[in-house]
Amino acid sequence: MSINPDQTIKFSPMHRLQWEEAQQKDVILYPEGMVELNQSSAEILKMCDGTRKLDQIIDDLEQKFATTGLANDITAFLEVALKNGWIQQN
Amino acid sequence: MAGSNKTKITPPRWLLAELTYACPLQCPYCANPIDYAKYQSELDTEDWKRVLSQARKMGAVQLGFSGGEPLTRKDLPELVKHARDLGYYSNLITSGYGLTEEKIAQLKEAGLDHIQVSIQASTQELNDHLAGTESFQHKKEVAHLVKKHGYPMVLCVVIHRENIHQMPQILEMAEELGADYLELANTQYYGWAHANRDLLLPTKEQFEQAEQIAQAFKEKVAGKMKIYYVVPDFYEDRPKACMNGWGTTFLTIAPDGVALPCHSARELPDMDCPNVKDYSIEQIWNESKTFNFFRGFEWMKEPCSSCDEKEKDFGGCRCQAYLLSGDMYAADPVCSKSPNHHVIQDAIDSAKASALADNEKPLIFRNSKNSRLLS
Ligand code: SF4
Ligand code: SF4
Repeated sequence: MSINPDQTIKFSPMHRLQWEEAQQKDVILYPEGMVELNQSSAEILKMCDGTRKLDQIIDDLEQKFATTGLANDITAFLEVALKNGWIQQN
Repeated sequence: MAGSNKTKITPPRWLLAELTYACPLQCPYCANPIDYAKYQSELDTEDWKRVLSQARKMGAVQLGFSGGEPLTRKDLPELVKHARDLGYYSNLITSGYGLTEEKIAQLKEAGLDHIQVSIQASTQELNDHLAGTESFQHKKEVAHLVKKHGYPMVLCVVIHRENIHQMPQILEMAEELGADYLELANTQYYGWAHANRDLLLPTKEQFEQAEQIAQAFKEKVAGKMKIYYVVPDFYEDRPKACMNGWGTTFLTIAPDGVALPCHSARELPDMDCPNVKDYSIEQIWNESKTFNFFRGFEWMKEPCSSCDEKEKDFGGCRCQAYLLSGDMYAADPVCSKSPNHHVIQDAIDSAKASALADNEKPLIFRNSKNSRLLS
């Protein structure tokens, strides 16, 4: 399964992404499970709001963190996210 | 000794709210205590709201509404709403009995995240027999409605000797119903399942065959359906890491307000489990004797205390150690290093003898009459 660059990406409605005060972390919640996210993973997932395609997510994140060269890391993470069902396309 | 407070205490993450012991079904493997009928009192709505708020503040985030049948509580939508407002991810663990489309929509509106429907078997005849109630068709309808209303659909089937031969059909049924998650829970022998063990425990061959079928199916549906396979620990040589360690992650509140480190803990001797009517969740979690009892490793006996695997399985399940060896400090007898390990083979042999006997005794169904008779 790989990311289609021509389609927008959105966070799965079957999961919930939320900030946990007690853990000081963003987490993904789903039936019987919880994944704790590091800050960069959480930032990437927050960009998956159904309006952006892969390129835009990379651009926006590079701009937000005033850096370049994030493309590989972001794509690799989104592929894992897609495989885990955390995000969807179209 | 037990109750040492040197162990670092981590906050609860999972809260199981057993709203009631009332249930229209009579599953002979029910995990409720055998003597449940003597606990008549139930927390009221305000008590539950306070419990939810306090546990959430400590860090609990996964919430299961269970029972009994939680739908018998009239205040369920109100509690669901309260849980949503607090930021819980909440799950209704139900037999589906009494669940209508209207209710499913109402609970969604209140903020329920998912519904876990249990089905007893893949055929009406066996399902209704095991449930002790005509319920099969309705459960299937409920499964469709759960999906229709946009919930992730979690199907739960408890596996034992009476239905294990249906594994292929159970998997087909889950696929046909469009389950997003399928929990295949091999029976854990506590509560009513312990009482019915001779009739429920499958043979090793049956286990292995069923597991093979389930694993192959898991690959086939990868990406579409997630399968949680709860292993049958009687056929393992190491115990499960019960509750991820006592008092580390899980908090169960029984219908009468008793707080438990695992749902069977009230059956352990002298446990004096604290009640949420008397203490806050924070006091219970951090300070109570019960929750500190098996925290850490200092309570352990040999062979666990010097074992290099103790951080992996915490010596296994305390309730199983007690039920099977009479000693709640002992290694879980499932472990091949346990001096009591032979009791597992005895149980397997006894179940096999029962299966081969001409006149097998009948299953004891979970209902108030039997509860009173047995306790
Ligand atoms: S296991 Fe069966 S009898 Fe027990 S609470 Fe669940 S539905 Fe009711
Ligand atoms: S001896 Fe105790 S700690 Fe070691 S593997 Fe067995 S149950 Fe676990």
